[in-house]
Amino acid sequence: MNPAWSVILLTTLIGLGQGLLLAMFGVEVASRLALTGAPAAVFYLAGSALSVLCLGGGLLASFFHLGHPERAWRAAAMWRTSWLSREVIVLPAFIAAVTAYGAAHFYGWSCSLWIGATAALLAIALFICTAMIYICLKFLQEWHTPLTLVNFILLGCASGLLAAAVLAGFVWPLLMPALALVAGIVTAAAAVTRGMTLARNALLRPASTLQSAIGISDPKIAQKAQGAMGGSFNTREFFHRRTLQFVRSAKWFFLTAAFALPLLLIALSLTAAPPRLLTLAFAVQFAGLLAERWFFFAQARHPQNLYYQVIS
Amino acid sequence: MKQLALVIDLNVCVGCHACATSCKEWNTGGAAGPLTDQNPYGKDPSGTFFNRVQTYEVGEFPATETVHFPKSCLHCEDPPCVPVCPTGASYKRAEDGIVLVDYDKCIGCKYCAWACPYGAREIDEQQQVMKKCTLCVDRIYDTALPESERKPACVIACPTSARLFGDVHDPASDVSKAIAEHGGYALMPEWGTRPANQYLPKQPKQSVAAATVARGMDPRTIDGAMKP
Ligand code: SF4
Ligand code: SF4
Repeated sequence: MNPAWSVILLTTLIGLGQGLLLAMFGVEVASRLALTGAPAAVFYLAGSALSVLCLGGGLLASFFHLGHPERAWRAAAMWRTSWLSREVIVLPAFIAAVTAYGAAHFYGWSCSLWIGATAALLAIALFICTAMIYICLKFLQEWHTPLTLVNFILLGCASGLLAAAVLAGFVWPLLMPALALVAGIVTAAAAVTRGMTLARNALLRPASTLQSAIGISDPKIAQKAQGAMGGSFNTREFFHRRTLQFVRSAKWFFLTAAFALPLLLIALSLTAAPPRLLTLAFAVQFAGLLAERWFFFAQARHPQNLYYQVIS
Repeated sequence: MKQLALVIDLNVCVGCHACATSCKEWNTGGAAGPLTDQNPYGKDPSGTFFNRVQTYEVGEFPATETVHFPKSCLHCEDPPCVPVCPTGASYKRAEDGIVLVDYDKCIGCKYCAWACPYGAREIDEQQQVMKKCTLCVDRIYDTALPESERKPACVIACPTSARLFGDVHDPASDVSKAIAEHGGYALMPEWGTRPANQYLPKQPKQSVAAATVARGMDPRTIDGAMKP
């Protein structure tokens, strides 16, 4: 597939927003259980604002993917069958819940935990909707695995936890080491599942071949013409047209930037404790996650590409 | 239940593109139009088409055969492109099985194109809505046309009658008989989409290339000896 920046930004930004909410909710639960001290309301307030900003940014980016953004409201219609439609419904609901969560802490409502629980459930629901958009396309074999959902959740939570740790560094430093530690654990877990996905996809054999595509069993078939000389939607949408070298570099970049470097920086921050290290870890990891999402799209081989091998 | 479809005979398709041209001509002016083009006379011409004629070379030289392969929406009986559409713009008609896009509802999210394994859907870059073959739904029921012309434009245009049109659920129809008699097959059966359109396989024929080689005119040779 040809990765679209709008969708890369949408999925990474909302993942961050979801992770941040889950991190805050986790902190609130832990503090109610007296596992940690209770942070001041400003932690939740700033966290909710940041989360809403990311979610809104993702939503805005998604509009750039549409040919007719002014009709976007129509996309809520087919929630019975379409995961995209479900995402379109859950995302605004989640934004509203996060806003309410921030408000609850600002005004000191006692029901903040319940609002947080609702928002957390919506965060999980949103992860499922987003991932299922890709998982349900069974002939995109690279995506058609539960690992896609696991990666979306873990990567979103890793960046959200790291953002929460950075935030704590500014407004409630006592919380920072614990959040950084959990962010490190989730980042490590994400590295394992993303690595498993890479290994799985390396072994995939495409179920469709040129033989099944045109229904001729001869082992030797060569395309001579694809019905258009100057390319078409089919050649623009489904081919990234980058070299193998570029794709490989993207992979090593995201493995380094999303996992290895943040883990190193988190480990350093746990011993030396300057919040600047965590800020750097967050920035590096987010760049890595953008590359990870680019690679996720680029790696998927659409069976329609079999029909578009040669221009002449 | 009726399921209208095309059956394409690969034995007689000569790759002349008359179907693609006629399709474009009818549909750019018909209810589904316009089908816009970008740079039609420029360096990288591109445009929206419902139908593309592709060409493949099958076999090993000199025993090769050229296969011309027209490709359009197959009006799948279990179309993966329909349930994924968030707006309901993509739908399959219950009355005749035609898969259509409502341009007034489509938001141009392209998700349906991702969900079609055949690459049968193309976004109209100017109108920014998804387009695909309509089986000429705006002419096959048009009682103002003479009965013989109530067929998709591509079927009428084909000079070799490689394209048959009819109800594949009616065992007595021409298309059903052609599929039964000539071993019609579906594309990429591995995805369970159950395409309504089918293709009639090329029958083995006497290889011209083999005869040429037998006459000592093998182009791989110089003065009768194999080229180095
Ligand atoms: S060929 Fe593609 S666009 Fe047409 S019905 Fe089947 S899946 Fe949908
Ligand atoms: S591009 Fe249009 S028809 Fe296709 S899924 Fe999106 S809204 Fe539906």
